[in-house]
Amino acid sequence: MGDHHHGPASGVTRWLFTTNHKDIGTMYLWFSFAMFLLGGFFAMVIRAELFQPGMQLVEPGFFNQMTTLHGLIMVFGAIMPSFVGLANWLIPMMIGAPDMALPRMNNWSFWILPPAFLMLASTLFMEGGAPAFGWTFYAPLSTTYAPPSVTFFIFAIHILGVSSIMGSINIIATVMNMRAPGMTYMKMPMFVWTWLITAFLLVAVMPVLAGAVTMMLMDIHFGTSFFSAAGGGDPVLFQHIFWFFGHPEVYIIILPAFGVVSQIIPAFSRKPLFGYASMVYATASIAFLSFVVWAHHMYTVGMPVAGELFFMYATMLIAVPTGVKVFNWVTTMWRGALSFETPMLFCIGFLVLFTLGGFTGLMLSIAPADFQYHDTYFVVAHFHYVMVAGAVFSMTAAIYYWLPKWCGRMYNESMGKTHFWISFIGFNITFFPQHFVGLAGMPRRIPDYALQFADFNMMSSIGAFIYGASQLLFLYNVIATIVAGKRVSEEKVWDGAEGLEWTVATPAPYHTFEEPPRVPKPVGTF
Amino acid sequence: MRSVFSGAVLVALAPFSVAENQINMSPGVTEIGANIFELHMLIMWICVGIGALVFGAMFYSIFAHRKSKGHQASQFHESTQVEVAWTVVPFLILVGMAFPATSTLLEVYDNDEAELDILITGYQWKWKYEYLDDAGETVSFFSNLATPQEEIYNTQNKGENYLLEVDEPLVIPTHTKVRFLVTANDVIHSWWVPEIAVKRDAIPGFINEAWTRVPEEGIYRGQCTELCGAYHGFMPVEVHAVSRDEFDSWMAAKRGIAAAQSQLATQTLSVDELMDQGKRVYDAACLACHGASGEGGVGKAIAGSPVVLGDLATHMALVADGVAGTAMQAFGEQLSAVELAAVLTYQRNAFGNNTGDIVQPGDVAGGKNG
Repeated sequence: MGDHHHGPASGVTRWLFTTNHKDIGTMYLWFSFAMFLLGGFFAMVIRAELFQPGMQLVEPGFFNQMTTLHGLIMVFGAIMPSFVGLANWLIPMMIGAPDMALPRMNNWSFWILPPAFLMLASTLFMEGGAPAFGWTFYAPLSTTYAPPSVTFFIFAIHILGVSSIMGSINIIATVMNMRAPGMTYMKMPMFVWTWLITAFLLVAVMPVLAGAVTMMLMDIHFGTSFFSAAGGGDPVLFQHIFWFFGHPEVYIIILPAFGVVSQIIPAFSRKPLFGYASMVYATASIAFLSFVVWAHHMYTVGMPVAGELFFMYATMLIAVPTGVKVFNWVTTMWRGALSFETPMLFCIGFLVLFTLGGFTGLMLSIAPADFQYHDTYFVVAHFHYVMVAGAVFSMTAAIYYWLPKWCGRMYNESMGKTHFWISFIGFNITFFPQHFVGLAGMPRRIPDYALQFADFNMMSSIGAFIYGASQLLFLYNVIATIVAGKRVSEEKVWDGAEGLEWTVATPAPYHTFEEPPRVPKPVGTF
Repeated sequence: MRSVFSGAVLVALAPFSVAENQINMSPGVTEIGANIFELHMLIMWICVGIGALVFGAMFYSIFAHRKSKGHQASQFHESTQVEVAWTVVPFLILVGMAFPATSTLLEVYDNDEAELDILITGYQWKWKYEYLDDAGETVSFFSNLATPQEEIYNTQNKGENYLLEVDEPLVIPTHTKVRFLVTANDVIHSWWVPEIAVKRDAIPGFINEAWTRVPEEGIYRGQCTELCGAYHGFMPVEVHAVSRDEFDSWMAAKRGIAAAQSQLATQTLSVDELMDQGKRVYDAACLACHGASGEGGVGKAIAGSPVVLGDLATHMALVADGVAGTAMQAFGEQLSAVELAAVLTYQRNAFGNNTGDIVQPGDVAGGKNG
């Protein structure tokens, strides 16, 4: 194999033509961070307008464009690609594979993303403005009553769906075929397990989303009436199709985050994950249940009572495997030897705030109570507790945890801890009061509100500016680490870290595991 | 228990003037609202209990089992008994929650034996209320946001019921089972009044049912809760619950006005009458999109508009039939002949459009509203 090139190509072609899982992982991570900043900027516009009652900065129509693009970009541009980037970097290194199973497709699945989001963002400058129908794009607001830019939105959704499907096929193929000898399924790190299950969810539901937007396209341009009652269709059909995609989608976002937390908490507790097998089964149960609960997003749509009851009971059931996960993490910490470096702080932040989001989720599952919660800020608070404090906190923990392995340099620990505390406090100032205004009756997606909601909204906006600013500190810390961080060279950067990725040199060489490693003992034991 | 929770929050939020800030769901005035509130509090306190146990264990561990204190990690893991316990116990708690949840849900769905039926239709961005009555004449009217643009754009002080006030509220009798039939004309809306515990999506082409029985007279306010376009935040609901007698006399007055209106449609009105009523209709129906002085906005400008200054028949058709695929609605089905004539007259003579054209109800009587 002497004629193999051992380093990356030079110049821009390295990034354009690369098939290296580490290069592609890096590109996914930077791209998702750029999208995180863009989506965050839109959130700042929203919070600035909501700082006081009355219209101050933007018009109501533009406000809706901001909420729509904020949601779409955060879900599809920031969170999902960031976890795909993490999967690219880590899955081959965790299972002892030299690269992903389908490296050229890997390149393609990344490189179609930037044009898709460029197209989505460009709708802001089109006549009629960007999509303004919310990230859930309910018909007929998104069909008959949509701005002309909706066609570009549909095309963008199609492209990123293709990207996700290719990415997940790649992960499934890699995990099934490329494990090192001895790396049986039940020895795989939790992060690999959660991604394997997530990949199956993606392959199952992204085509459903593609179907939904294709039907929209037909309704808009080709005279069909899938979602128009006037032509024999049904607007509620759209919601069923959308949420059949949409509910598994939220688990697609959170399951890899569970995986990250299940890697990091044992490392800083210096103790194996309490119940590895039950964590695997709990993940699989959550994934299965995610397919039969979609209509809990639609309790007020006028379903028959039998349907309401079915979806209520099924949704309540999700609390069981989710509880198993939370209990497992806490028991893993119990009687460990805990230390609180930045990744661990973010994981503990995740554990506390995600659990709060889980509690409000349980409250929302109760159909009659949901008649009062539905489409209020209570829901906004709930899903930001699970999406931001869940997915984004765990992603941040992952970056701090694996960055030293990737670049051979240690981040600034006190800056990292400062980032955590500002994020944690800013996040709670932003979203905790939203529970109150929601319960008190403030609907979501409104650009202006009644006077009794004013104090908590101002508080929420102040918190959002703090949380937003803290992400710039994160960006600075990451760049400073890559450029000039203190060098680390030990293979195990963290004394409690376990897994094959900690057996390769630091920084991780361009090619790892060209020869498969020997897998000595089950993951999760010392 | 509620006061303990509120107290803790008040202390935490001391710098803000929380005295008037509501932080919890309102039990409202109806029996179902009270049941929902109790259910909400029950689930919340169960969550608080579980949270106290889980977080208590976690924080104890964080303080007691630190490496910096020299704590040695024990290596225990896997315990079938423990794992079965924390699967079965939460399941049983959930079963316990399911009973009250199911019975409350069945009450919400009990739409039978209503004494009064009201059809609610969502429009971008207003509500239409129709009192369905087999015997007499159906009374129907639109309910628009009454908050002036000056308050929204901060040139006037905001009133007490900012964004929650309408020009014509829905009036219902107390101690009466009122059934709402909810639908929409354009996009999906959702009709919500927290205090009477009714939220139902209004879906074009479909009719949903909901009901309430309000025991107390009073004014109950709510809003549209499904994103329905640019002015989603500006279509409030205002319900006045009044005694049966008051309701009957209100209804009689409404019927009287309706009769007078249809009478008026056959008469010739003065320019002043038309312009006065025209301004009222313009402010309620046109202003949000076309601006307070006809300068345009979401919609095209009325001042100097070629349509308004041009042929009357084209202008009338545009207002009556709307423009497909845009926010310009078909007002022929929303406005009476008198209102249509008045607003056409107003548009053709206000904002410097001095055409001098007078449109009489008889001129538009051939339209949809006859």
